[in-house]
Amino acid sequence: MTEPLLKPRKKNPVERTRLATRPPGARSRTALGLTRAAAEGRFELQVCADCGSVQYPPREVCGYCLSEHLAWKPVDNRGELIALSTLRHSNDLYFRERLPWRVGTVKMTAGPVVVAHIHEDCAAPEGTGVPVRLTLKLDRSGQAVLHALPAKDTPNMNDAAQMRESTCDPKFRRVLVTDGKSAMGLATARAMLDAGAATIFLGDPSSWKTVAAFDKLAADPRVQVVELDVTDTDSVDRVAASIGGKVEILVNTASHLRDGGILGRKDVILARDAMEVNVLGLMRLAQAFGPGMCFRAADGSNHAVAWVNVLSIHALAALPSRGAWSASMAAALSASQTLRAELRGAGVRVVNVFPGPIEEDWEQLTPPPKLAPAAVAKAIVKGLQDGIEDLYVGDIAEEIRERLRDNHKAVERELGQ
Amino acid sequence: MPVTVPYARYSSRSAHWWLGRALGELIRGAGLAKTDVDGVCVSSFTLGPDTAVGLMQHLGMSPRWLDHIPMGGASGVVALRRAARAVQAGDAEVIACIAGDTNQVDSFRNTVSQFSRFAQDAVYPYGAGGPNASFALLTDYYMRHYGATREDFGKLCVAQRDNALNNPHALMKKPLTLQQYMDARPITDPIHLFDCVMPCAGAEGYLVMTEDRARALQLPFVRIRSTIERHNAFPDDPIQFRGGWAMDKDALYAHAGTAPEDIDFLETYDDYPVINMMQFEDLGFCAKGEASAFVRQHRFTIDGDFPFNTSGGQLSVGQAGAAGGYLGLVQALRQLTGTAAATQVAKARLGMVSGFGMINYDRGLCSGAAILERGASA
Repeated sequence: MTEPLLKPRKKNPVERTRLATRPPGARSRTALGLTRAAAEGRFELQVCADCGSVQYPPREVCGYCLSEHLAWKPVDNRGELIALSTLRHSNDLYFRERLPWRVGTVKMTAGPVVVAHIHEDCAAPEGTGVPVRLTLKLDRSGQAVLHALPAKDTPNMNDAAQMRESTCDPKFRRVLVTDGKSAMGLATARAMLDAGAATIFLGDPSSWKTVAAFDKLAADPRVQVVELDVTDTDSVDRVAASIGGKVEILVNTASHLRDGGILGRKDVILARDAMEVNVLGLMRLAQAFGPGMCFRAADGSNHAVAWVNVLSIHALAALPSRGAWSASMAAALSASQTLRAELRGAGVRVVNVFPGPIEEDWEQLTPPPKLAPAAVAKAIVKGLQDGIEDLYVGDIAEEIRERLRDNHKAVERELGQ
Repeated sequence: MPVTVPYARYSSRSAHWWLGRALGELIRGAGLAKTDVDGVCVSSFTLGPDTAVGLMQHLGMSPRWLDHIPMGGASGVVALRRAARAVQAGDAEVIACIAGDTNQVDSFRNTVSQFSRFAQDAVYPYGAGGPNASFALLTDYYMRHYGATREDFGKLCVAQRDNALNNPHALMKKPLTLQQYMDARPITDPIHLFDCVMPCAGAEGYLVMTEDRARALQLPFVRIRSTIERHNAFPDDPIQFRGGWAMDKDALYAHAGTAPEDIDFLETYDDYPVINMMQFEDLGFCAKGEASAFVRQHRFTIDGDFPFNTSGGQLSVGQAGAAGGYLGLVQALRQLTGTAAATQVAKARLGMVSGFGMINYDRGLCSGAAILERGASA
């Protein structure tokens, strides 16, 4: 059984910091279908539309009937571990630094035979195979890999070194919540503490305003308040200079949400304010904290691991009644994609959260259903623990996501009514 | 006359140099003019970006028949089949079959990481263990299902090392004991150090022509009695415990009019010992699952009752990329032309060569075998 992870010792400042390496990231374009599924936490393989056979490795044409109609679909993830090896040598630098490493052959109930990472709690096969569950996760190169897990959950299984590589678990990590005074920021900080985060750096963008819940949270010895205004480059730089080397997960909860479209006024002040926080704020944070997180992306068991942007489902489809804000969400999504590419070199994951409407002050006039901030925060923590990259939270977000796949023009017309 | 360009652990030369040397020695050794060779067959992993075509301009050859066989460890046998058919059909008269690879300090990692699409997508990202990892999984399964032990593998490795000590081309020059084999460090459980081949640079080659032509040139020759090849056999086996030989061995013996007990020596593709065991079984020397007992009952040295991998095999000579797929064939040609020097098996008349290659995803896909007979005049 996996030994529970120990609280990392204080870093020895004399020792050299191990730099990040990445597992092999080259994939065929077709194999990126696995990456799409893993990014959202689904388990999908190609299934032949004509003969129904499940394919693996990813193919262009069915390996049984030669049909070209292969679709990515959820499939039964169970299988039997039939061969196991522990690597004590690797041709790749990333794995060399992480040996020994278990790999094995799994015969899936659905048909295919896969080579997978094997969790340390999976027993070695004896006369017969050992039942396992397969899961698709993103590794530090940002590409999907198969992990075989024991048939039933075991204690501390997310603490296993292999799992720690493919997930972003907050346990023992230090988390910066950029706006800790908003309902979303407070909920995020609490959820991170509940998940075992070592320290919360709680951003305070408005020290002139008293928020009782904030003060209560700040009294927790694990919480450290930092004055942080993402619209002020000096402020961002000051905080980065002070704690940048300690931030292992950054959750950007800074948000500027106001009602209003584009035609209804004679200035762009509303749009500029939204951009200042939601887009330029993200960029300022990235420039100040990104390099430090990359530097620490392989530094011990609590290495820097994830950058979380709390966006909105309307980053994908504008809500004209909140048009300026929607534009800033779309711009933030675009910026996050660039950031994702830039941080991937070090293996730091950019997680985008797309919630539906949230129960908070600036959404007072939004009709229900609205998400409790605590529910969104819980989803963020779960997403990090599971290693997910794109999180659609709540019924509205999932519905819009589904409708966008189905007919994006319909979504455009209907949101505009 | 077959040729071997002596192997080197690392080489700063390109594959063209190794292949060119093999061809040059073949032509000079046979007393031919360069233009007499009107067919060429090439195998190499490290010739890129060139193929056999580019190599022809590089070497100034103008063959009327040219083939490029990317089948790794099965290349030697498959090249022989292709070339013999071409000669039989009159497409060429004298065909040089050559295989060679260089081994620069980092070329093995590059070859492994880009070996195939399936390997890139579905094997290399899982620990990047290369062939060690793929064979470790097959070996793990085979040992558990058939009760093979490390001692059984060790006996083969030790016998091959004994054979290699008689082969001046072998890179391994030190004797190996079973104790040393057992004590070796684990590489990829259950594979240990002496189960692994050492990648190196080298080249091998031989000529294919009609018997009449060989006699006219006064060259020692070997006759082909029978050959087989098979690709992606048994795709529904969950893991490889048998190779394509099992599908074709009856045809192999029937065509040659021989049986396993008639074979005087066996040269298999031996990148890991487990695949030797599968070849004993699938080529009919023993039943499936009984290779361990077979190993315990026989002696595999040159003077043993089952002379096996008499050059030392890749495990003790070194694995020169695609040339590794020629090693057994070239050694068999030496045995059957009486030119095997200190590795000569007494009274060798009928030999078998077997090839195995290309771990494209989770198993080796290409298999082939040939039964060869000593030529009358040799």
